[in-house]
Amino acid sequence: MTGLKHWLLAAGVVLFAACSGGADGTKSDAGAAKPIVLGFSQIGAESEWRTANTVSIQGAARDAGITLRFSDAQQKQENQIKALRSFIAQRVDVIAFSPVVETGWETVLREAKTAKIPVILTDRAVEVSDESLYVSFIGSDFVEEGRRAGRWLTEYYSTGKGKDFKGDINIVELQGTVGSAPANDRKAGFAEIIAADPRYKVIRSQTGDFTRAKGKEVMEAFLKAEGRKINVLYAHNDDMAIGAIQAIEEAGIKPGTEIIIISIDGVKGAFEAMMAGKLNVSVECSPLLGPQLMSTVKDVVAGKQIPKRIVTEESVFPMETAAQEFPKRKY
Amino acid sequence: MRALVRWHLFWPCLTLALLIALNAVVNPGFLAFEWRDGHLYGNLVDILNRAAPLALVATGMTLVIAARGLDISVGAVVAISAAVAAVMIGGSLSLGDAEAVSRFPMWLAILAALAIALACGLWNGALVVGVGMQPIIATLILMVAGRGVAQLVTGGQIITIYYPPYAYLGNGFLAGLPFAAVLAAAVIALTQLLLSRTPLGLYVRAIGINPVAARIAGIRAKPITLALYGFCGLLAGVAGLIVSSNVRSADANNAGQLLELDAILAVTLGGTALTGGRFSLVGTALGALIIQTLTTTIYSLGVPPEVNLVFKAALIFIVMLLQSPEFRAGIVRLARQPGA
Repeated sequence: MTGLKHWLLAAGVVLFAACSGGADGTKSDAGAAKPIVLGFSQIGAESEWRTANTVSIQGAARDAGITLRFSDAQQKQENQIKALRSFIAQRVDVIAFSPVVETGWETVLREAKTAKIPVILTDRAVEVSDESLYVSFIGSDFVEEGRRAGRWLTEYYSTGKGKDFKGDINIVELQGTVGSAPANDRKAGFAEIIAADPRYKVIRSQTGDFTRAKGKEVMEAFLKAEGRKINVLYAHNDDMAIGAIQAIEEAGIKPGTEIIIISIDGVKGAFEAMMAGKLNVSVECSPLLGPQLMSTVKDVVAGKQIPKRIVTEESVFPMETAAQEFPKRKY
Repeated sequence: MRALVRWHLFWPCLTLALLIALNAVVNPGFLAFEWRDGHLYGNLVDILNRAAPLALVATGMTLVIAARGLDISVGAVVAISAAVAAVMIGGSLSLGDAEAVSRFPMWLAILAALAIALACGLWNGALVVGVGMQPIIATLILMVAGRGVAQLVTGGQIITIYYPPYAYLGNGFLAGLPFAAVLAAAVIALTQLLLSRTPLGLYVRAIGINPVAARIAGIRAKPITLALYGFCGLLAGVAGLIVSSNVRSADANNAGQLLELDAILAVTLGGTALTGGRFSLVGTALGALIIQTLTTTIYSLGVPPEVNLVFKAALIFIVMLLQSPEFRAGIVRLARQPGA
């Protein structure tokens, strides 16, 4: 045991010497401050969207001259808490992370605060009793995305192609991972808009875990239970919609015409589905927040005042614009 | 009647029947069959199709467990096999009727995926038999590392497979039935034949009951155990192909996630002893069907997503109680006691 301790200590000393050596090097040649070290804990690589998010952050860090310590949590909160603790132990300048779920972050964020390391949330928010535990939250407004999805649908049935449709509009919903911020907020935003008209009825709602496989499996069960009663599918992300489209086609129903499909994110796969006429609309949720994150990190280190909420710029892509937009998509 | 109750598959059969009956009561259309586009269409067909990968993985698991082993790396092997096949077939989106192409011939991709899965299983077996590691630890290594390997193969991306013929494996129909289910049934039947018509089944039982005695009796326990792990890996590979074919994509993070636990549960539900020796492949297949029916029940009952897991846990608890002879004996005693 002591042998192991000594070995670890020795390794630590070597590592420390190597790090400070590097820092000295930059100090001597430019006279500038040593590069900012940013510890970033990513949720995982669950979708094309997340990969684009990772690439954007890595690229922006390189461009901004910020040293990035990147950690992949593989969808597990415990991994993420471990990563944050190791960033604290390494005394990085700033910590940023996309929390995999909303709750359970109090303790580790307090540890970061005690160590005087500012924390920036990206893409997903957390629920904490004390807002000063993080300096800023950069990301999309998921409630607004849900509202946009709802608005597109109400427009479709009031002034769009569906204006002659009579009777109740039966909606099935594929929710994201239970307890995650995008799932909670996208559900709430959508529900808020359709509540205005009693014709809109969510007849089934179940989680598809944001994955294609679960989206397909759950949609199969929905189709068996409700059959042709279903008018609209609202999926909390594109991947679940892509899986569900397969299930709908296998049931002999035409996705995009017989069942109107709305999803969120705007990944390439969704554009492909829209160009094939199988997906009606994808509400964008941009993952390209690397540059915004890096400029915020610099401002934090420089001691500037930071807004508590920074919203990424996003739009809505209906089927008709897909072919035109597709070549421009980065994710 | 008494003979029927004593039949080792009575309780799994009863459980499955009760679950299906529960669904039929709540949702009258549940049992409905339809002939649509040249194949059967309905909830029960979905259950067969969805249970196929689990049944395959659980079949391999049954044999490993019967020989006193355990393989918790099967979920990771599913991910690896899916990843290899997807990357090798790949292809790109073609709108309209343009001819779809695969990067490598499909048979080569499938063979490669299966070969790698077999190698994974043999690796587990070598660690257990050759190095003498505890099975749970030996396979834990691949369980953790395997997902990393799968991510490496896919580059951390979800790989979409645009090559249409590949979709047959997980979506196609043979004689009106889902191809995946037919395949799983064939594999289970062949394995059962092999075990009952040759001494192999006896050997596996002997190794599971007492490996030392089996060896002294002249059974070559080591090569047989190694082969069982290899077979388990191979079947996990087949499951990986079905899973990736079903959604026409490979997701290294989520494919086969926690499948090892479902497989162990299926094995247990089917009446195989986790201590080795006693096993039933048909029981395992029933176990896989029970688990998939449970999942489908949750969807068709409209259970709110927040209580999915609690609901599943409660149902599994009841099922396990029903299957426990001690619990049933206790109930019978209680019922007979006072007044009667």
